[in-house]
Amino acid sequence: MRNYLVFLGRSFLLSFSGSPLFYAWMGFLTVLSAIGARAFTRQLVTGLSMTGMTDQVSWGIYIANFTFLVGLAAAAVMLVIPAYIYRKKEMHDVVIFGELLAIAAIIMSLLFIMVDLGRPDRFWHMIPMIGEFNFPYSMLSWDFIVLNGYLLVNLHICGYLLYMKYLGRKPSAFIYMPFVILSIAWAISIHTVTAFLFVGLVGRHFWNTAIVAPRFLGSAFTAGPGILIIAFQVIRHFSGYQISDRAIHILRNIVTASLLINLFLLACEAFKEFYAFSSHGSSARYLFFGLESHGEYYSALVPYIWVAILMEVAAAIILIIPPIARRMLYLNIACVLANVGIWFEKGMGLVIPGFIPSPQGTVVEYAPSSTEWLVTMGIWAFGLLLFSWMLHLAIHIMKGDFHILADEPTRGLREQAVG
Amino acid sequence: MSREHDEHKDSRGAQPPRTTDPNSSGRRTFLKAGLGTAVALSTGAFVAEPLRGLKDSPTLHELLRKHYTKLTPDLMDQVLRRIERQVAANYCAKVRVNDPKPLDGVEYAYCLNLSRCNGSRRCVTACMRENNIPPDHPEMAYIRVIEMPNDTLDLEDGNPLYAHETIPDQGKFYLPMSCQQCRQPPCTKVCPTHATWTEPDGVTVIDYNWCIGCRCCLAACPYEARRFNWTRPEIRPEQINPDMGYLSNQIRPRGVPEKCHFCLHRTRLGKNPACMEVCPTGARVFGNILDPNGKIQYILKNKRVYILKAEAHTFPRFYYFFEK
Repeated sequence: MRNYLVFLGRSFLLSFSGSPLFYAWMGFLTVLSAIGARAFTRQLVTGLSMTGMTDQVSWGIYIANFTFLVGLAAAAVMLVIPAYIYRKKEMHDVVIFGELLAIAAIIMSLLFIMVDLGRPDRFWHMIPMIGEFNFPYSMLSWDFIVLNGYLLVNLHICGYLLYMKYLGRKPSAFIYMPFVILSIAWAISIHTVTAFLFVGLVGRHFWNTAIVAPRFLGSAFTAGPGILIIAFQVIRHFSGYQISDRAIHILRNIVTASLLINLFLLACEAFKEFYAFSSHGSSARYLFFGLESHGEYYSALVPYIWVAILMEVAAAIILIIPPIARRMLYLNIACVLANVGIWFEKGMGLVIPGFIPSPQGTVVEYAPSSTEWLVTMGIWAFGLLLFSWMLHLAIHIMKGDFHILADEPTRGLREQAVG
Repeated sequence: MSREHDEHKDSRGAQPPRTTDPNSSGRRTFLKAGLGTAVALSTGAFVAEPLRGLKDSPTLHELLRKHYTKLTPDLMDQVLRRIERQVAANYCAKVRVNDPKPLDGVEYAYCLNLSRCNGSRRCVTACMRENNIPPDHPEMAYIRVIEMPNDTLDLEDGNPLYAHETIPDQGKFYLPMSCQQCRQPPCTKVCPTHATWTEPDGVTVIDYNWCIGCRCCLAACPYEARRFNWTRPEIRPEQINPDMGYLSNQIRPRGVPEKCHFCLHRTRLGKNPACMEVCPTGARVFGNILDPNGKIQYILKNKRVYILKAEAHTFPRFYYFFEK
């Protein structure tokens, strides 16, 4: 126990020691987070009227980001399966980074829920036992459980493995493996439940389709490993921690397969929406081509979806030509294209058109306000800050240069004597 | 200072001198942590500064209260009196907030004769006045009258924003829409905190003082019946209806939804809803569906009624019919 407290204290101190570049990066993210947080407190004082949301489009960019980030968190499973189930050696050294990304992404997605609430002061009404929990009917109550559960499971796995490494002990599989297995099923569940949040709404035909959950998983398993491919190169460039090209190329294969599946599912959905040409396809028509209503032509989302599709197709072309995809530069371009594309496609492209046209048949368009952009930027900066900080500690532990001190008390005394 | 120590230590070969050494816990690190604390405090001040403008921050009692179903009569009384005090303080109006309970053997339903409705929107303004909806915010009205071409029932062809010199317009009929008071309401199912539910008399209500404002119910409603208080409603004292119900027309806090509640602060006392009282054409019929000799049962048995979006299987308690 004492060792653990010392570990926490020293980790805290270690958080503030690093190169000038580390300081500049963390300082930059802190400034952005603070600007975002101030935008949120201003929104708190005035109300959600500072956003671009309306009674017709009652969820906006906050929920879009929430959806994207739950997917990012779920994608950690794409490292966990090769590492623990197929026992790929090169994945074992990096799986922890995937789990840390999951922790950061879950915290970000919970923050996006908090900033979206009209009454954040009453959020505790959602906590089981303490509040008044509408379980099992409300999908948001399920989401609350699975997201927080996934957060705890990953905190346990990462915390335990890193602490054992710090102590120089071999982790006991008995203590973490059951949770690893649990986290695999749980990762699928968080994104499925998030999809059901949309799927379960009877009046919204655009979402009320069985394909939403598979599409969510397809896009998640593209976006998450894509971000990690880039993160791994940043880590080995700046920290000197060895990450093999083979680990990156395993992720590349996962990204390639998932992206193709995602595009296939998108095509399936597009066929269903457009061939039948029923009134249930109005939202899709609005998204892809714009919609005419009472002499006016509405098309705010059209650029988003076509840019998204172009980006994803370009990424897919790069990825399916192995001689190109094996080169890091092109691989990175493909990962960025796929991620931005998916952010558009399942953020703005899935959440917003579900509300348009409204159930009473009117078309009210949505564009995020400056407050929404600032808060969004702030949460992303905070998430990156969190992820960088966890990586900073984890890499020092993994490299073995942050470890338990054999003679801690004596060393402290000696330093005092020197001073 | 500390560099000297490091060099000193280094010359004795005790510890490697790099300040980035994660195992060092020297004075420089503490200094940096101190600086970090200062940065954290000033950042906190920068972030929290706008909060000084917060006017409607909840009281401790409000923060810690229990769910509606777990409030004893005493606690409920405290809640009602607190709301009265808050309205007096924030809106300069003396009001009375009650919580009338559903009546035994009563289940409300509404029938609306579309052949008679002339699109005057008198019901809309009466409803707004009755239910303390700010008059300069017509988008918050519970009733939306949609002007429909005679040859269709597709809502996408309808126009809720019509503005003519004279009504009714040629070749049009008028479809007033508000909460359909469903028997299987999608909105209550999705609520994560039981802040909206259907009362025994068939009215779906919202506890404005419990809702967390997630807006799942707005997304779930197939009739677009719910409005959200994106900001604090602004209403002048002379515009306030002082006769208020806790689950109906009390002035809503910001950050929660609202919708038609069949005027339950009136109807549970035996009165008619404000929209029916004011209707100039007699298009609106309100009553108890359980009364075998009532007006509602007469219409259901003798007219050809239909419900909106029957395919959604929400089974509304709001019926429409055409009858000259």
